[in-house]
Amino acid sequence: MPKWLIVVLKVGVHLACLLPVCWLVWGGYQNTLGPDPTHTVTFFTGRGTLRLLAITLAISPLRKMFPKWLGWLIKFRRLVGMYAFFYACLHLLTYVWLYAGLSLNAMVQDISQRKFITAGLAAWLLLLPLAVTSTTWSIRKMGGKNWNRLHKLVYVAAVAGLVHYWWGVKPGVWRPLGITMIFVVILVARPLISAWKRREDPVPVKIG
Amino acid sequence: MPSKKYEAPGAEITPKEVFLNRRKFMAGAAAAGVGLAAAGGAMELLEPHKSVMAANQLKTVGSQWNGNGLNETSFYNITHYNNFYEFGTSKSDPAEYAYKLKTEPWTVEVGGLVHNKKTFDIDALMKLSPLEDRVYRFRCVEAWSMVIPWVGYSLSKLINEVQPLGSAKYVKFVSVDRPSQEPGIMNVSIPWPYTEGLRMDEAMHPLTMLTVGLYGQALPNQSGAPVRIIVPWKYGFKSPKSIVKIEFVKNQPETTWNEIAPDAYGFYSNVNPNVDRVQWSQARERVIGAPIWKQLQPTQMFNGYADEVAGLYKGMDLRRYY
Repeated sequence: MPKWLIVVLKVGVHLACLLPVCWLVWGGYQNTLGPDPTHTVTFFTGRGTLRLLAITLAISPLRKMFPKWLGWLIKFRRLVGMYAFFYACLHLLTYVWLYAGLSLNAMVQDISQRKFITAGLAAWLLLLPLAVTSTTWSIRKMGGKNWNRLHKLVYVAAVAGLVHYWWGVKPGVWRPLGITMIFVVILVARPLISAWKRREDPVPVKIG
Repeated sequence: MPSKKYEAPGAEITPKEVFLNRRKFMAGAAAAGVGLAAAGGAMELLEPHKSVMAANQLKTVGSQWNGNGLNETSFYNITHYNNFYEFGTSKSDPAEYAYKLKTEPWTVEVGGLVHNKKTFDIDALMKLSPLEDRVYRFRCVEAWSMVIPWVGYSLSKLINEVQPLGSAKYVKFVSVDRPSQEPGIMNVSIPWPYTEGLRMDEAMHPLTMLTVGLYGQALPNQSGAPVRIIVPWKYGFKSPKSIVKIEFVKNQPETTWNEIAPDAYGFYSNVNPNVDRVQWSQARERVIGAPIWKQLQPTQMFNGYADEVAGLYKGMDLRRYY
């Protein structure tokens, strides 16, 4: 993959993640986000978080499956992951401002009484240390092994995010099913690919 | 003095404005959403809506509930953002699919514990009592709210007509159940037909309305044509749409949402900012159509009708009877 193409693609990722936010802000200002703009922003940022998180998590299995063709994808994992956290922050901000009306009292009540809000907050709190330690400096400082171990939390965050989504919708609403299936495929793909790789390149037997 | 409206009702009905707004929305979305997974969430909003069913103007008289000082929600928003699971679970589904329901001919069977069992033709219901313009608050259990100018009269007028027996303690309402005309009935797995109920004194309360119109016109299909019940101090799901049967019964009837999730949706379901059984808070609500930074407002006890209806629940533990 030539370097210039990577740069072009990165600019594309930035635009694809930032332009919708500009559209959301402008639409909110113009009141063109539908009859219930708060709801529109909530679901846009919430679904956006889960989708970007799914893309982030799909990168490693894809690279393992096609190491010759898709190895370069690693250059995008941190970028997309950071945008997932950015969308999660916007989602949280939507709640704090537009639902809780910046009232600390309302937030404390919600977090203690509403399990879907508790799950959502847990997901965000799990993503926070990952975002903080996303720098190359952090990897070096922590050591690859520890860093990897910490960043396994992303799976817990994804599950918490999905639970938050399912608990948040009314009974009889199946909207979260699609993204849930995508996560199931991604999570199941990892051990399957590892098993398949092991069969292809068996560990050489040590000859005494 | 005319109240300030988010959009003037006359202008809202103008398809051109609606059309242009939608165009603006779509152009913005298209520009922003190119190639982005996250933009998919907006796609549901881009679906073109079927236009509001052609409606005829009704002859109406005024009423004491003239919505003094309330900002009426636009006709477009009332008719394009609502729940009517018979047509699907998305709030844009009713506007899109409700045209399939045939509302002529239409009869409402009134029976059970009454002296005069009777089946009313819709035309007879329209003439039973003068049609009043009433502007009511409407509060959905999903924590959004509207202000809606309904047309109709007190349900008590109809109840008096059939003379309930002393043994009648509750009223049960049954909505139309026609899978061939209501696609949601096949796709949404909740018990059909949609059934709701009120205690006798609630049904007799003058605020409880037999509703046949909206903004001075016959009800559009997606709003529950040709006849529905409106109970303004309860969450919206207690106001059944497109009703075909009213039955007077002795015991508290089974009601649809109560059957689906009894912990979340009580039989009473009075609007109450202090009690919330669903997953979201009922202390606040989002005003439909308002700019995003002005949407949030505190919810009022009994949706602002406490002076009129609090007496019905005197001595009742509203936490227990939610």
